Amino acid sequence: MSYQVNEKGYYGSFGGAFIPEMLFPNVEDLRSRYLTIMESDDFKKEFNSLLRDYVGRPSPLYYASRLSTHHNKEIYLKREDLNHTGAHKINNTLGQILLAKRLGKKRIIAETGAGQHGVAAATVCALMGLECIVYMGEVDIERQAPNVARMKLLGAKVVPALCGSRTLKDATNEAIRDWINNPVETHYIIGSVVGPHPYPDMVARFQSVISEEIRTQLLSKTGKETPDYVIACVGGGSNAAGAFYHFLDEPSVKLIAVEAAGKGIHSGHSAATMVLGKPGIIHGSKTMLMQTEDGQITEPYSISAGLDYPGVGPVHAHLFETGRATFVSATDEEALAAAYLCCRLEGIIPALESAHALAHLDKLKSAPGEIIVLNLSGRGDKDLATYIKHQNL
Amino acid sequence: MNRIEELFKKKRNILSIYFTAGFPELKDTVPVIKTLAQGGADMIEIGIPFSDPLADGPVIQQSSELALKNGMTLSLLFDQLNDIRKETAVSNTSLLLMGYLNPVLQFGIAGFCEKAKACGIDGVIIPDLPLDVYLQEYKELFQKAGIKVVFLVTPQTSDERIRLIDKHSEGFIYLVSSASTTGVKGQISEEQLAYFARIRAMKLSNPVLIGFGIADKAGFNKACEYAEGAIIGSAFVKVLGQRNGLTENIKKFISPLRQEMPL
Ligand SMILES: Cc1ncc(COP(=O)(O)O)c(C=O)c1O
Repeated sequence: MSYQVNEKGYYGSFGGAFIPEMLFPNVEDLRSRYLTIMESDDFKKEFNSLLRDYVGRPSPLYYASRLSTHHNKEIYLKREDLNHTGAHKINNTLGQILLAKRLGKKRIIAETGAGQHGVAAATVCALMGLECIVYMGEVDIERQAPNVARMKLLGAKVVPALCGSRTLKDATNEAIRDWINNPVETHYIIGSVVGPHPYPDMVARFQSVISEEIRTQLLSKTGKETPDYVIACVGGGSNAAGAFYHFLDEPSVKLIAVEAAGKGIHSGHSAATMVLGKPGIIHGSKTMLMQTEDGQITEPYSISAGLDYPGVGPVHAHLFETGRATFVSATDEEALAAAYLCCRLEGIIPALESAHALAHLDKLKSAPGEIIVLNLSGRGDKDLATYIKHQNL
Repeated sequence: MNRIEELFKKKRNILSIYFTAGFPELKDTVPVIKTLAQGGADMIEIGIPFSDPLADGPVIQQSSELALKNGMTLSLLFDQLNDIRKETAVSNTSLLLMGYLNPVLQFGIAGFCEKAKACGIDGVIIPDLPLDVYLQEYKELFQKAGIKVVFLVTPQTSDERIRLIDKHSEGFIYLVSSASTTGVKGQISEEQLAYFARIRAMKLSNPVLIGFGIADKAGFNKACEYAEGAIIGSAFVKVLGQRNGLTENIKKFISPLRQEMPL
């Protein structure tokens, strides 16, 4: 069984490139060139040196002793929260901007939910001196105000998406429409393992540095390269894809993906795509999708803007279908409780997204001595308002 | 013979009009089709509303949103279209369904083809159905139902790919007039005309209709100099959006388009 994309751009029956003809030349150009560029020495050299000196990689693998004691488990946190800009998103935007430069692009567009991807895109655009336009749902602009300010400081233009649920899905629609209208000099930096092929594979490759580092770090800490569990939260699925990547073909490593259950899976306010969705097409990709019987995409809900997406990357739909990964979910309340616990026990304020992964520690039935690596995808600076509001309740 | 093929055999300066089904009111679908046909539209593209219309500008986006709010669904649309061919005005008009792939997939492609055929639909335009997926998975189903599948060509499409699309197209080729989502962009530019001329010079085996950004008589006439006809979408949907005096508004919109063209 292969968990990688095939030559046609599919993971099993998921993936592909369901795009209007207007996008074909750009997507095809990217498809035919991304691997050659990414595998060239010149690219690798620039990417790796910036990952080290600019992003601050490798991010630490930290044995969380108090959290481990609390849960009576062996818990390591992969500290993506310590990256420059505060999340794993920068691994991908850095890779894509170097690629865009080599494709001769002059203008960058991006979508963002929590604003972490928008900030990471704005950051690398500033670094490379490229114009940056970030689409963001009007609702998210309100709930992630600090990140909006950061993007503007970095020189990006933030354009509100005013249609539909005015969150991540709609911001993505607007970015795609921008690309249709600006097909020549623009590169679209998608923020997760979503979108038409080759995006899911390309983004997963850029994020795969996470699991590459986990292997070496774990070896030096425990004498073993592979943990028993890898846990990550899933919005579109990029941090999970990166954390799983180098363990996909190691059946002994149990992969756990945590979706946002919102106010409860069957409350009508949820973003648990694997439970609530069925195969469909969103943003150019065939994947699991929350939709009505009529095929209309439904509005997801989560307290965390970064998990508020009605689809999921096609690689995850495949991992779900094949049973290679286990998909679970955490509610708003469980995520908040796990975040507060992490603050008090470890002195780490996690992003609300990452808090969903932390919330699963309570439910995980691991055997004594089994090693758990949890991908702490980002830090919680952007979520302070939410944390403060709910703590006072 | 399929009505689309017949139409292109007999006529030039073909006028095709797009509108969103169930807009402005749920019950307006059939009256809009009837009035358009009476007014002289050769072809009507019936839009299946979708929650996330990626290739559409604000006008069609909003019409879709409202149509969905009105309660429009694909199965309801088929119910509405059930007797459309009994309307004498519409008996010869080419009717196409235009919409995004996901609602069609959820309905089931086989069932969709069957229903469309039963309603007398002649063709479909599904912008996010890729040519290769169509050829591998769905071509037989559409052909068996006698439904033409129309593909798009844009200013960025390479000559090689245009030839490929031409080879596999049936009915006509939809020439997207500029790198753009749907909507009105002002006058047709010199650059666009050069692109139209380039496509015309390729002497494709399929007839060509030009769409996106064609809004009025002047644009329509210009397009007809380079292709077999043109498609008007957003400009017409905007008129529907005025609501009051629907029939009159439609007539007023279409009548100048059907006046004799100056030589
Ligand atoms: C910190 C953090 N974690 C996770 C996510 C979810 O995205 P993905 O599933 O692609 O990792 C986001 C998205 O904004 C994020 O900011």
